Amino acid sequence: MAQPDSKANEELHWQKTTRLMFIHLGVWFFFGYVIHMFVVPLNKIVIPILGFPLGFYMAAQGSLIVFVVMLFMFARQQNQIDRDHGYAEED
Amino acid sequence: MATDTTTAADAFYQQLGRMYGTYAGGFIGFVILLAILEQIGVPNKVLGYLFVFFTLAVYAIIGVMTRTAQLSEYYVAGRRVPAFYNGMATGADWMSAASFVGMAGTLFLFGYDGIAWVLGWTGGFVLVSILVGPYLRKFGAYTVPDFMAFRFGGNFARFLAVVVLVCCSFTYVTAQIYGTGLIASRFLGMQFEIAVFAGLVGILLCAMLGGMRAVTWTQIAQYIVLIIAYLTPIVILSTKKFGIPIPELTYGVAIAEITAREGQMLASNLATLCTPTSCPAGSLKPHIEPFINYSPLNFFGIIFCMMVGTASLPHILMRYFTTPSVKEARDSVAWSLLFIFLLYFSAPAYAAFSKLEVYTNIIGSNVSALKPWLFTWGELGLIQICGKSVANVQAAVDACKAIAGHTGVVRLQDFVINPDVIVLSTPEIAGLPYVISGLVAAGGLAAALSTADGLLLAIANALSHDIYYKMLDPNAPTIRRLTVARVLLFFVAVASAALAATKPGDILAMVGWAFSLAMAGNFPVLVMGIWWKKATTAGAISGMIAGFGLCLFYLVCSRYYPGIGVKYFGMTSLLNPVTGGPIIPNLQAAMALPNAMESWPTLAHPLANKVGWFNLNNINCGLLGMPLGFLVIYVVSQFTKAPSAEMQAFVDEIRKPRGQTVLQEKS
Repeated sequence: MAQPDSKANEELHWQKTTRLMFIHLGVWFFFGYVIHMFVVPLNKIVIPILGFPLGFYMAAQGSLIVFVVMLFMFARQQNQIDRDHGYAEED
Repeated sequence: MATDTTTAADAFYQQLGRMYGTYAGGFIGFVILLAILEQIGVPNKVLGYLFVFFTLAVYAIIGVMTRTAQLSEYYVAGRRVPAFYNGMATGADWMSAASFVGMAGTLFLFGYDGIAWVLGWTGGFVLVSILVGPYLRKFGAYTVPDFMAFRFGGNFARFLAVVVLVCCSFTYVTAQIYGTGLIASRFLGMQFEIAVFAGLVGILLCAMLGGMRAVTWTQIAQYIVLIIAYLTPIVILSTKKFGIPIPELTYGVAIAEITAREGQMLASNLATLCTPTSCPAGSLKPHIEPFINYSPLNFFGIIFCMMVGTASLPHILMRYFTTPSVKEARDSVAWSLLFIFLLYFSAPAYAAFSKLEVYTNIIGSNVSALKPWLFTWGELGLIQICGKSVANVQAAVDACKAIAGHTGVVRLQDFVINPDVIVLSTPEIAGLPYVISGLVAAGGLAAALSTADGLLLAIANALSHDIYYKMLDPNAPTIRRLTVARVLLFFVAVASAALAATKPGDILAMVGWAFSLAMAGNFPVLVMGIWWKKATTAGAISGMIAGFGLCLFYLVCSRYYPGIGVKYFGMTSLLNPVTGGPIIPNLQAAMALPNAMESWPTLAHPLANKVGWFNLNNINCGLLGMPLGFLVIYVVSQFTKAPSAEMQAFVDEIRKPRGQTVLQEKS
């Protein structure tokens, strides 16, 4: 493990944090906007049994589920990065 | 002494699960008790009073029991609220009367396009967690302006942040108090103005005595009430109709039935279809068809503004100051969204069930056969039949007879419903016992009160901590600071209640404005302050002024001074999303009218909210302000001296969860 106080460690930690941010923002942008731009073609697909048109479903539930799962994952991943670099809070 | 309080406090936190579990069980028991009372013939009005006063009393008792006179307890609940419970409190803080009462109604009216609000009011928490919240927690502020002041050179930045905070929180809180009054007046039969001030007493009891600490523990209690109240009616409905108690899964079938019924209605001349060539008021807009109520720009604009606004609203950000650690702040955002999600992914089910009910049992039936529940809302002017607010069957029949060639069968264009009625009337539409209606009213009240508490606290804290203590009297002793906070809280609350009692018009739009204003004023400085070390004081200050100023200008101009906007600032009519034509076909004729240049006092200006730039709805003014804010911060920072080495080290420090908070408050 790197020295917590070294400049290199600090920079690497921030680099990883920034990368994680961009990945999550990308997912967020895709499910918040991009997918809903294709609502008309998606609505032609109907989810079997439940009966939802897919485009409507993605906006009403699909994207929301993604956001919730994403936030729990983000909390874990960022915490892991902090711990790897010795910046996590003492338990 | 110190160890004594620590052990007592630890015991308190260990028992949280049992306490709130007992409380939730007690509440369900109370509902069952009232259901029994209803069966043995206790009148509805008494049930309504029992619901409202019992729940208010519980909130007040929690508020009084958890009152505090300690600074850090008052401002940030001692920074020891566990992530899970803070998530629940944030859920209640977040979900207001607009979410509880208004959301399902908007989905009912707008179908797919209404989902913009659902998406916007959930996805923003992603930004809170990734970009802002945990870093502010590490910084260790009491208020959002604290951060701005420290990072951007003192009291001028602090003052600007307070202005933004007060502007957006005040418009928002007025909407909540209005909602409280609306529910209390409908279910208790009080006069609206009196109901507003009665609701105020409940709000003050929690927020005034105990600050953030009391508000936190009452908000958790309020969350439990509001989520039970919201889900119960649709769970019963779903079970009755489909035999499965999960409405979120079964409403897909209801949507398919709505689409089929829409076809039938068109075939049998019960409705006319809204088409690009002709789309009169009352014509059918298919439930799942996108972009016929909002243009794509405004649809995605609303999603974006509500999301970014979430990550900029001070009363939400300050909830994450209360967790014990940065890690728990992040966990807490995830829990918040989970608790909020429970309500938001159920709202479209409300809309679908009641729309199906209206389309099958009201449209196409004889006017003389309308159900009595319609008329209790008709009496209040919230449901109209054949263009009239009717209080009984005879009045409805007469109103329809007055229309030339009317056959006596209700057509789609004959039935107009106020969106706020949908959630409150669903129990009646479905023929459920009155106790469920009372439960829904109690839930709506909890939603409005909890949001109002959080907002008032944010305003009062900014005024007492930032303006009074930090700017006017830095030597004020603790007691005086807390007294000032309480007195200010009282006056702010009374002022917003007084404004709410005048029934200002567009309440839902006001909530949207609060988000756009917060977004334009706060988001660029917060993000640049954390993520870009080179952001300078001059850059931040000019960015805030430019972004917030542009948003506020666009809003005020298109809402209150549309004539001036058209004449001097090149605003044009907004476009109809279906036909693509302007809403105001002849803008020149409208401008030639004598009152065209009149403004502020004439709230009912014929052009209000109907003009703008780039066909952009004024709810989305943040879409103009925020990019400008970022741009100005970036450009000005290039030309001013980079922040000192200490300041850059400080930014490094808030990026690492480990260690002390940056700001240390002497107590």
